[in-house]
Amino acid sequence: MENKEQAIEEEILINFEKKIENGDSIEPKDKMPDGYRKHLIRQISQHAHSEVIGMQPEGNWITRAPTLRAKQILLAKIQDEGGHGLYLYGAAETLGISRSELIEQLHTGKAKYSNIFNYPALTWADIGAIGWLVDGAAIVNQVSLQRTSYGPYSRAMVRICKEESFHQRQGYEIMAKMMAGTKEQQEMAQDAMNRWWWPSLMMFGPHDSSSPNSGNAFKWKIKRHSNDELRHKFIDKTVQQAQVIGLTIPDKDLKWNEKTGHYEHGAINWYEFHKVIAGNGPCNKQRMEHHIKVHNDGKWVREAAEAHRLKKERQN
Amino acid sequence: MITDTQLELWEVFMQSKPGANYIHAGSVHASDKSMALQNARDTYSRRGEGTSIWVVPASAIVASNPDDNDLFFDPANDKVYRHPTFYVMPKDAKAI
Ligand SMILES: [Fe+2]
Ligand SMILES: [Fe+2]
Repeated sequence: MENKEQAIEEEILINFEKKIENGDSIEPKDKMPDGYRKHLIRQISQHAHSEVIGMQPEGNWITRAPTLRAKQILLAKIQDEGGHGLYLYGAAETLGISRSELIEQLHTGKAKYSNIFNYPALTWADIGAIGWLVDGAAIVNQVSLQRTSYGPYSRAMVRICKEESFHQRQGYEIMAKMMAGTKEQQEMAQDAMNRWWWPSLMMFGPHDSSSPNSGNAFKWKIKRHSNDELRHKFIDKTVQQAQVIGLTIPDKDLKWNEKTGHYEHGAINWYEFHKVIAGNGPCNKQRMEHHIKVHNDGKWVREAAEAHRLKKERQN
Repeated sequence: MITDTQLELWEVFMQSKPGANYIHAGSVHASDKSMALQNARDTYSRRGEGTSIWVVPASAIVASNPDDNDLFFDPANDKVYRHPTFYVMPKDAKAI
């Protein structure tokens, strides 16, 4: 019996890998190896949770936006992020996990979200830095994922990428405006840059030399570019934008490499990265408590909606 | 007694402009059809992506099984006479 099951699983794997090799996309009803399904659920749900948790540091500034224009833009941007979360939850659900399970995994800590959102948004310049650097880094990653092998994930990425470019631009505009302002505004912008630069580089994950689990992710075309490749892409385009508006990159070892055509950055503080992942960042506790509270506060609304549906069904 | 759920799953189809095909946009959760429509609009049409939306309970959708693809779709391939290139045109006739 066990041999028979093994043979079936092997056949699934062979057919699946043939499809991947051909560059075909995988759809929800296609047979796929368990490892592929698990990897995707972990990655897509982490991505979805990041979009939703990422609304918190920015939401914190809606009531304090300096102008009505800035407030409208920030609201629209945060609403987009909520939408991104929903596209991605939808994609994860096609793999056979329910929305309730996904939320429960977030609340119990089984599922992670991007480390970057465990840092606080201290000043208005942070809203600029988040849009410019954090969304900028996210875009580089998401553009690459548009060609990921799982159809629903890839389609969600295409939709997200269309919306993200405004996010990065509105952040850059805030930074540019502040750099063209008073000395205090310039200092505030540089301070935000100093605090967000390194965590943004960490968003791409560990160096290629120390990420042992990426083998299948590449073979199965979930991941199309390596962490370091994407990080370099981000640095190359961002350094130029910083220079244009007079911001200094807080990395004294940063230098242009004529041969590779890329910038080389100084050493990343992975100790801090792991410390924050382990739950000891400045805002981990606050972010999770807030999510749990809002989820519980919304319970009566969901229950009322259900009661309303049942009542209407009885009337018909 | 009502238990807390994440509500039902609905699939969303959107027409980008009058006359276009309805294309699958994604899914939403909602307790009934009017909530499904509103959620679909908020989630998938924040920039005028749609002029018309269909929402369908995901449980009502019937999908073909990829394992049966060979049997299910194959017969079409050997009917070459369904394509105009199968036919021999007299030498001087112009195509319409
Ligand atoms: Fe996003
Ligand atoms: Fe964004």
